[in-house]
Amino acid sequence: MTALAAILVRDMRIAMRVGGGALMGVLFFLVVVTLVPFALGPDLPLLKRIGPAILWLAALLASLLALDRLFATDHEDGSLDLILMGRAPLELVVAAKGLAHWLTTGLPLIVTAPLVGLLLNLDAAAELALVLTLLVGTPALTFIGLIGAAIAVTLRRGGLLLAVIVLPLTVPVLIFGVAAANAATVRPMPFGTPFTILCALSLASLAVGPFAAAAALRQEME
Amino acid sequence: MRLSAVDLACHRGGRDVFTALSFAVASGEVLAVTGRNGAGKSSLLRTIVGLVRIAHGGLTLEGGDPELTIAEQAHYLGHQDALKPALSVAENLKFWAEFLGAGPADTASTLVAVGLAEIADLPAAYLSAGQRRRLSIARLLAVKRPIWLLDEPTSTLDAASQDRLAGLMRAHLTEGGMILAATHGALGLPASRELQLDDIRAIAPATAETAS
Repeated sequence: MTALAAILVRDMRIAMRVGGGALMGVLFFLVVVTLVPFALGPDLPLLKRIGPAILWLAALLASLLALDRLFATDHEDGSLDLILMGRAPLELVVAAKGLAHWLTTGLPLIVTAPLVGLLLNLDAAAELALVLTLLVGTPALTFIGLIGAAIAVTLRRGGLLLAVIVLPLTVPVLIFGVAAANAATVRPMPFGTPFTILCALSLASLAVGPFAAAAALRQEME
Repeated sequence: MRLSAVDLACHRGGRDVFTALSFAVASGEVLAVTGRNGAGKSSLLRTIVGLVRIAHGGLTLEGGDPELTIAEQAHYLGHQDALKPALSVAENLKFWAEFLGAGPADTASTLVAVGLAEIADLPAAYLSAGQRRRLSIARLLAVKRPIWLLDEPTSTLDAASQDRLAGLMRAHLTEGGMILAATHGALGLPASRELQLDDIRAIAPATAETAS
């Protein structure tokens, strides 16, 4: 347990220091969402209708930002060698790194989402639905992203490949996340059904992601 | 404790790095692995800790903990120092001490032993190459493991630090540890055995661009 706690604390510290990914993700999220009303113009009903989708897309891109460095820095400075040699199972180490990534990039997005939701004319019910879906859905984004980060680890400019690998895999999360978030504004739609599927997607990625990422890392390091 | 390799072969990038390699090291001994660039010194050390797959042959450790793999009883000091520039000297050492399983280690006295106690709070980004190397050597002292695998340990160290490292290695040997060091220069202490990789490599055609 000490080893995993050490990884978690270290990654969170690095993310929150200067040049870390935590603040960048939130700022990127804010900038992208702020740009949307400028691009669409002051059409309040339109903003309200597409608001949840915009916020979900921005959250998806923001959580990808710090992902490409997740294993790459450890590979470049030799830490990954020692991690692979260690007594802690690689799957759990990967999961701890994923948790650290979610706590430093996913969680801040969820906290700031209601604030930027105001920019898109979301009402209280829509805000609540949005925060709930992000809370449940962003772990799925992180843990699916882990797989891409592990595959791209040995590439110098792995960021682009990461996006190409990860974005298609996040389509189901996006569909059901936006569907559930929209349920609050578009009345006849049920909230429970897409939300339950979103929970299932998140749980499945929590279970599969660390194993797939660890397998990819072992393969890459050969 | 005795680490022995029988008929070991390593295969990387479609060619044989070394084949039919046999050696043995016992507690209290130093094995100096020598050879020109590309001879496979680093590959041998990485093979021992399981970072490179063994193509043929086997490694056995007698007298070790049967529950643990060789890698889990060994320290590997590679070319890279495994330090995070954003973290301070003490934080870097504390992380590795905890990750490698020592629990809350006494990092302060370890930093004194490698001469970095004055700059314990400095971010690792500001360290020189020699200081970075000393900080990664501190990892070996913070967590006790019997096998040390050192890849060019003295390459960036000044004369005083080389002497200090020699002293640390001597202390490790008297405690019953063993050292395998890939080296070009002098280690600062007499090697009990030497493994020349050039002779073995004569079997396979050499390509100079592959790093050792």
